[in-house]
Amino acid sequence: MKDLIVTLIPVFPLLGFLILGLGFNRIPKKLASLIGPGTVLISFILSFIIFVIIAAGSRRGVQTWPVTEVFNWMTFGGLSLSFSFYIDPLSALMLLVVTGVGFLIHVYSIGYMEHDQGYNRFFAYMNLFVFFMLILVMGANYLIMFIGWEGVGLCSYLLIGFWFRNQEFNNAAKKAFIMNRIGDLGFLLGMFLLFTTFGSLNYIDVFHNAKGFLPGTGVVTAITLLLFAGAVGKSAQIPLYTWLPDAMAGPTPVSALIHAATMVTAGVYMVARSNILYALAPATMTVVAVTGLVTALFAAAIAIYQNDIKKILAYSTISQLGYMFLGLGLGAFTGAMFHLITHAFFKALLFLAAGSVIHAMDGEQDIRKMGGLGSALPKTRWTFLIGTITIAGMPPFAGFFSKDEILSSVFTHSMILWVVAVTGALMTAFYMFRLYFLTFSGNFRGNIKQLQHLRDAEPVMMIPLILLAFLSVTGGIINLPALAGGSAWLHSFLGPVFADATPLLKGPVYFLDAQTDYLLVGVTIVYVAVMIVVAWSRFVKKSLIPDEATILRSPVARILTNKFYIDELYDLLFVRPSLWLSKVCHDVMEIRIIDRTVNGAGTLVVKAGNTIRYLQTGHVGFYVFMMVVGIIAILLFNLVI
Amino acid sequence: MQFIPISYYLIFCSVLFCIGVIGVLIKRNALLILMSVELMINSINLLLAAFSTYLNDPAGQIFVFFIMVVAAAEVAIGLAIIVVIYRTTHSIDIDVLNKLKW
Repeated sequence: MKDLIVTLIPVFPLLGFLILGLGFNRIPKKLASLIGPGTVLISFILSFIIFVIIAAGSRRGVQTWPVTEVFNWMTFGGLSLSFSFYIDPLSALMLLVVTGVGFLIHVYSIGYMEHDQGYNRFFAYMNLFVFFMLILVMGANYLIMFIGWEGVGLCSYLLIGFWFRNQEFNNAAKKAFIMNRIGDLGFLLGMFLLFTTFGSLNYIDVFHNAKGFLPGTGVVTAITLLLFAGAVGKSAQIPLYTWLPDAMAGPTPVSALIHAATMVTAGVYMVARSNILYALAPATMTVVAVTGLVTALFAAAIAIYQNDIKKILAYSTISQLGYMFLGLGLGAFTGAMFHLITHAFFKALLFLAAGSVIHAMDGEQDIRKMGGLGSALPKTRWTFLIGTITIAGMPPFAGFFSKDEILSSVFTHSMILWVVAVTGALMTAFYMFRLYFLTFSGNFRGNIKQLQHLRDAEPVMMIPLILLAFLSVTGGIINLPALAGGSAWLHSFLGPVFADATPLLKGPVYFLDAQTDYLLVGVTIVYVAVMIVVAWSRFVKKSLIPDEATILRSPVARILTNKFYIDELYDLLFVRPSLWLSKVCHDVMEIRIIDRTVNGAGTLVVKAGNTIRYLQTGHVGFYVFMMVVGIIAILLFNLVI
Repeated sequence: MQFIPISYYLIFCSVLFCIGVIGVLIKRNALLILMSVELMINSINLLLAAFSTYLNDPAGQIFVFFIMVVAAAEVAIGLAIIVVIYRTTHSIDIDVLNKLKW
């Protein structure tokens, strides 16, 4: 029974994709809006049943979970691959996030995409995405995960380029696809190395065999680094992060679902899934932590000077993912997963609220042309404010607990790192409130036409927002720390998954007692509050509107506005050389060599024909004469031979 | 029981064949060319029959019958073509019939 439910979870979104994808525009919109979100809802219900079963088992102290084999895929040599699913607390939790947030965003899309020509196509792609994401999360071996991994990349490409008539959007889609491919190559190589080292790709076998390795073994370090390269691509970390801001070209629900809540967290999930391997490779852990921290700061700094509402959220996503990797790198797997879950809630909320703003503003995304939307869009304003407070990390909202968990585990390793990480958190608070104030406070800076139909979206869009806002407020209870009177449920729930890795990790350098923890939390909250006040005084009291002229005067601001010139750097280092190479190949190889050979063959035949045709005189006697001469020649030839 | 040596046949047939070839080469009348071709075919037939007897293999003589049937068919077609050509051009001189060219 349980196996059947597990198998059915990904089947429904796939069915939805097939029906909507093959039916195209013949399926009426009403039916499509039933099938699209409906299939995801069924998956959510099934996931919830599975989750309840797993949770009940984990309360009874179950430590191992069965693998559900759907079918035996292939067997050759020493490799036996089955298409099977592995549901443990980690994947059960991810299932809930993917289907739950996914369902809410699907419902939201009914309103957001209402007047779009590609309505059915949109839901078909979205369902396909949910299907692949479920495969990624549920797979029982690295290959199944890789199928999902590539599949979500494909759906991301399709949905970024959803409005394919705009060439810029297509370029953004291509950029995302190619950047992901770079990381995926690492993932693939990591899988090959896994197989040659452990003789299997199944999680259970790999993790069991991994226990026999000593920490710091070279091959495990190589495997984890290669897998991490995949995570860097998918989760938009330095150096492969530049695709995510461009990916905002897609419709806003896509940004919410794929480029904030689920797909980009696949890297975090993968590292958490391979926790034992990472725990065995301290060098990789350092790389993961450093990458995460640098990305968190870097992206937060860029976000401060951005003016596109979605791009700010995109950079904040990169930054928050950086925090998750920081947590993973320091061995705080539960903390990272906790932040992943709360981030899925509040970032989906922020994106959907931003979508509601964009919807009301006729597609305008520049916050300099917004302002004063608070009174016209009250529901959007309040939900957005909740999201903003949550991401800024103010208690008692969910983001506070998850971020605090990562920050306190950073503190136990190094005080300097903690200061740096908190700086990033402060920047987050600043740019998010800058975004909030510029959008919702002050005077309206748009045009009259926008002002006329400035109102909250219809209920089908607002209800998911309100639900997500509720989750953002209360999401913290799943892992309330003992300090706040909670029982840290997530820790005990995910504990068995990370049980083998925990003893291998480096112990804390500083011991964190309750007093220090209170102090750290207090300091963070006070500083965050200060940042909010700073943002308020700049953008509300002085009502400063960022404009090009003043920004360009300060060199720091100029660099940040131009995103550290990273895109230009990549353009110079990779895009231009490959374009140059293509041009050389085109001009020399293609035109001079290949084209000349092919055209030459044609020209030769034509020229030869032009010459030889004079032999065809039409005189039968001549033909016969030549024939006889030929026969004699052949006879003579035979005589000679 | 052979009265005539095989070499006589060979020489005779070669001469006959060469006459056919020369006829084809020098004649301008399509009808005569066709007849020269027949001469060539028949010289081959004769040679086949001679060798068939010489080697005591009846296959050669059976071959001759087939060739004669095919030659008859070929002559029927050839003559028909010549008749049609004559009707359209009022000539069967192959030097006049040189329209089929580039």
